[in-house]
Order: sequence, then structure tokens, then C-alpha cells
Amino acid sequence: MSARRRKIVSRVFETLCGMAVLIALIPLALILFYVVKEGAGALNLAFFTQMPKPVGEEGGGMANAIVGTLILIGLAALFAVPVGCICGIHLSEYPRSKFSSAVRFAADVMNGVPSIVIGIFAYGLAVLPVKRFSAIAGGFALGLLMIPIVIRTTEELLRLVPPGLREGALALGASRSRAVFGVIIPAALPGILTGILVALARVAGETAPLLFTSFNNRFWSTNLGQPIASLTVQVFTYAISPYDDWHRQAWAGAFLLVMMILALSIIARLAVRRLERMNRP
Amino acid sequence: MISVRDFDFYYGDAKVLHGVSIDIPDRQVTALIGPSGCGKSTFIRSINRMNDIIPEARAEGTIAIDGKDVYAPGTDVVSLRRRVGMVFQKSNPFPKSIFENVAYGLRIGGMRNKRQLEATVERSLTRAALWDEVKDRLQESAMALSGGQQQRLCIARALAVDPEILLMDEPASALDPIATSKIEELIYELKDNYSIVIVTHNMQQAARVSDRTAFFMLGKLIEYGDTRQIFMNPKEKMTEDYVTGRFG
Repeated sequence: MSARRRKIVSRVFETLCGMAVLIALIPLALILFYVVKEGAGALNLAFFTQMPKPVGEEGGGMANAIVGTLILIGLAALFAVPVGCICGIHLSEYPRSKFSSAVRFAADVMNGVPSIVIGIFAYGLAVLPVKRFSAIAGGFALGLLMIPIVIRTTEELLRLVPPGLREGALALGASRSRAVFGVIIPAALPGILTGILVALARVAGETAPLLFTSFNNRFWSTNLGQPIASLTVQVFTYAISPYDDWHRQAWAGAFLLVMMILALSIIARLAVRRLERMNRP
Repeated sequence: MISVRDFDFYYGDAKVLHGVSIDIPDRQVTALIGPSGCGKSTFIRSINRMNDIIPEARAEGTIAIDGKDVYAPGTDVVSLRRRVGMVFQKSNPFPKSIFENVAYGLRIGGMRNKRQLEATVERSLTRAALWDEVKDRLQESAMALSGGQQQRLCIARALAVDPEILLMDEPASALDPIATSKIEELIYELKDNYSIVIVTHNMQQAARVSDRTAFFMLGKLIEYGDTRQIFMNPKEKMTEDYVTGRFG
């Protein structure tokens, strides 16, 4: 190939790559632009501190939904982190067993299940028997969505730990469990934590599985056995309403959600930087 | 003394060690030499049973340390590995502080006393000729050390639990000549207190540091004797060809 031709081909591919990046980024930029434009203006102190007002009354906020979302993702993490991490550890420790490939397959399938189906499943398991929507059912549904993500990231990151570390620990007289919990997991911890926070950010934005699990609540409630408000369901309810005032509130809610997820990502970064102090030269 | 009799080793169906019998003396340096794939690494890793973690690996025959077969049923592998320390080809410091790296073996051995830990860490780092270089930054990450320092840290870590035998699997093959000579000096000093078995690809290294040399070839122990004799006056033709560089 002549030098001239190589340069032309290189230029063409550079252009193609640049265009692909633009196409990927344009929707993201537009979403952020609209959410900020419509939402930031509607956001005020009352939004954080006050309860929703009845139709026709101006103002009010989503204090109950903000707290509700935090409770729901807290419950989800409480359920999914131990289950997901333990499964991930099993998969990385016994990678070739039949049971492991079954778990891995199940996790991948579960990852692809539409979230509304997960919601229906949680409805059948946690709502129907007690005949009541509840925060617990909502947290359960979100946790089910988180589990496969946590499993796979935990497994992957543990398997990235150099095998020399395990040998080093065993050669010093560590038992297998001490090597795993004292050396291998700490070495992978920053990455695992990021994976957990990314999974949390993902489920924090879910609406469908909450519609028939935690439902919604117009009132202040932190009772785990009762229906609970959440930002996503509240935004959904407000957005399909016919009232302009509620539309503004929905934008503000959407803006807050985006900010929460951004905050989670930043926290993840900072936490990783702290934890990785010992992994870096 | 490590006394090996008719030792065979298999990875699945592949037999990689054939009837190895050898007596490795106390407080001397024994070098294992031979071309790549001759089984010397497998052999050294059999002594502290590091091969146990490889699925489908299997050993036959005996390796007795002070008369006790390490492959006898009921052997406590954990306490075996505390008696038989190991340093690997690729230095493998834990992603922890320098101090915690050396203290690791002590902590899993149950040492809790802070002063005792500090004293042992200092003594081990001093023995590994690393103390002066790291004494002011014990709390920094071990990953920040240079390759040669990392390898000496791994030696200090192995010495901290006070083993009787130190196995070294090509400990200097990834290091530059200056770091290598430091490791060799260290080996020379350590043999007063430890029995050392070292695998090396570097014939000059074997000649410099070892008292006894064993030559392996295709999974068999071909010749074993005083280092001087192996290099100056080998009995076997194969040994002579190898140490004079005619093949390998």
C-alpha cells in the first residue's frame, strides 16, 4: 500500500469513528439539555422539604418520594449485595464446576429479563401473599435486577487478580479462605465497589418494577410494610397527568434523578481512588 | 534434610517427573538446573505442595522433610508451608503496605502483639537487605517499590514466618544485573540459617551461589553432586553438554 493510500484510509476511518462517537453522544446531550433546562428551574428548596400538594394548589415538593427512593435502593442493596457478591466469589473460586456454569447462565438470562417481568415476579412473590403493596416488595424487585450485575462484575474483577497473589498467600501458610478473604478480595475491592454502585445507579432509575410492588404513596411513609413513594413512579404519574404544574414537578424530579445518579458515580470514583491507594505504584 | 525417593508427578495423564531421588542437605544452597520444561519448577513446587492447587495434579513416591513424608495422608499443608517458604519467579507483593506485606504471614499465624509484629517485620526486612531502603515508608504501597525491591520484599515476607527451608523459583530471572547480584549476596548470607533450594536458568548463577547442583532433563534427575564437580567434571555426557552450552 502506498503511503498516500494509507493516509487516505486512515483519514476515512478517523472520520467514521468521530461520527460514531457523535451519534452516540447527541441523544445523551439532548436528554441532559432538556432535563436541565426544564428541571433545574422547577427545582427549589420546597421540592426537597415539602409534600405533594393536591391538584390545583401551586407548589409542593417530593420529599416523600426522595426518601422513598433512598429507602428502596437501600433495601435493594441490602438484598442484592450479599447475594451477588457471594455468588460472584463462588463463580471465581470454582469457575469450571457444572453448578457454576448454571449460575453464570442464569445470571446472564436474568440480566436480559425485562424489568417489568421482574416486577410481575416480585408482585407474585411479595405482594399477592400479603395482599398489600409494600416498600419491601419494591426493594425486592430492584434487588432482583441488581443481583445479576453484581454477580458478573464481582466474578470478573476477582478473576482479574493475578494468580501470583493467591500463590503468595498460600505459600505463607494461608488457608484457601484466608487467601481469598485477606488478599484476593481486598485486591479486587475497589472494582467490586464500583460495580455495586453502578448497579445501584441503574436500578435507582427503574419505574416499571415498582408500579406493582412499592406502588406509590401520596403521603409521608417510611413504613417498610406499606406502599411507598419513589421519584421514578412520581415522575411517571405527574408526567402523564394533564396539569402544567405537575409537569413542572415531573421535570424537577427527572432532573433530581439524573443528579442522584451522577452523584453516585462520583462517589464511586472517589471511593475507588481511596481504596486503590495500595494497589497503585 | 529433604529426602526424596522415587518421586513421580503427573498433570492429568502427562507424567512430568520420573522417579526422582535426591537428598538435599541442611544449611546449604542446592541449585536445580536444566532446560525449560525439564520439571525443575514442578519439582520445587512439590516440596511445599504448591502443586496441590492445580486440578488433576498427582504425586507418587515420597518427599520427606526430617523424616516425615509431606505427601503422607493427614499432613497439615498449612503448617508445612510455614516451615517451607517460597519465593516466586515473578515478584508478587500483595497490594497492601510494605509493613502489612511482611506482617501478613505473622498475622495469619496468630501474632497480635503490635510491638512483636514491628520487631519481626524490622528483623525480616533487615535480613532481606531491604530495611534501609524502606524504613521511612513502611506504610506506603508495596507496589511502589522497584522490581528488585519487590523481590527482596517477597523474600522478607517469606523469612518473617521463620521457615527452615526456602524455595526459590528463578528469583532473579526478571531482574537487572545489579538487583540480581543483591539477591545472590542475600542467598549467600541466608544459607547460614536456612536450607535453600533454587531453580535457575542462569548457569553462572548456579555456579556462584550454590553448594550442590542437580541437573534435570525431560523430567528425570540426570546428575547431582557438588556444584564444582557438576561444572568442572560432570560424569554424564548430557550434563557436560548442557553446562558447556552445547544445547539447552
